[in-house]
Amino acid sequence: MSVATAFFYLFSFITIASAAMVILGRNPVHSVLFLILAFVSAAGLFVLAGAEFLAMLLVVVYVGAVMVLFLFVVMMLDVDFAELQKSMRRYLPVSGLIGLVVLVELVLVVGSWTVAPQAVLSTPTPDGMSNTAALGQVLYTQYAYLFQAAGLVLLTAMIGAIVLTLQHRPNVKRQNISAQNARTRAGAIENKQVPSRTGVPVP
Amino acid sequence: MVIGLEHYLIVAAIVFTLGVAGIILNRKNVIIILMSIELILLSVNINLVAFSAHLRDLTGQVFAMFILTVAAAEAAIGLAILVTYFRNRHTIAVEDINMMKG
Repeated sequence: MSVATAFFYLFSFITIASAAMVILGRNPVHSVLFLILAFVSAAGLFVLAGAEFLAMLLVVVYVGAVMVLFLFVVMMLDVDFAELQKSMRRYLPVSGLIGLVVLVELVLVVGSWTVAPQAVLSTPTPDGMSNTAALGQVLYTQYAYLFQAAGLVLLTAMIGAIVLTLQHRPNVKRQNISAQNARTRAGAIENKQVPSRTGVPVP
Repeated sequence: MVIGLEHYLIVAAIVFTLGVAGIILNRKNVIIILMSIELILLSVNINLVAFSAHLRDLTGQVFAMFILTVAAAEAAIGLAILVTYFRNRHTIAVEDINMMKG
């Protein structure tokens, strides 16, 4: 058994085991941590398949940003998760049945597919080039419009998330920059003639 | 024994199945449901990368990147909806999300 084969079995076992722990875990924080483990070992599988850039993307962007967001939200919500988890035993048979059916169908498909003989590769992998460079060459030329569309999707998601969670609280002092800039000497300072030994009435 | 395309497809199929089973198993807990959706999208990515490596065609990896983008957007919006919902109702039980029922 070669080293690559051993690593494939290691990474795939960790991916599947942590995916099982995600859905079976009692504590959602543990579930998020197991999901992170599943993503990291899937990144190992990507490296074995020769997709280094996607593996790095998965670790840096996905684990680093999205999963940490998950962890943040799970820890921020003060929910009684034990109450939500009570019905798990009741749904175990039906979910196991549906999962088994889906798995059998997928394995049947995996065992019996063929590539259409008339199929043409649209972007064959160039030789003598790293995965990142090759991906960049097709991403910014052939898929430039789709790349822009992906940016628009992210922009929409960002604006949507901000609009959904922004809340204006009353009684919070905020800086009003235009009012500050509009201040003049005439509106801010008042000269008073103070007679000796009397003082000024305080408003 | 050489690792071929089928090995990756079997791993992806198992992860996909676990994601589908997780949605049904934890149908009261929105957070676990969101995580199960992430698992399903991860298995789709494994499939695309495996086919891309097998056919020596970069299109699969490009599309895996777009799926990552959509998954990140979906997670952000889903969590934002969850936070807003929790702020208003102080629970995230799926059964209570029925105010819009006709």
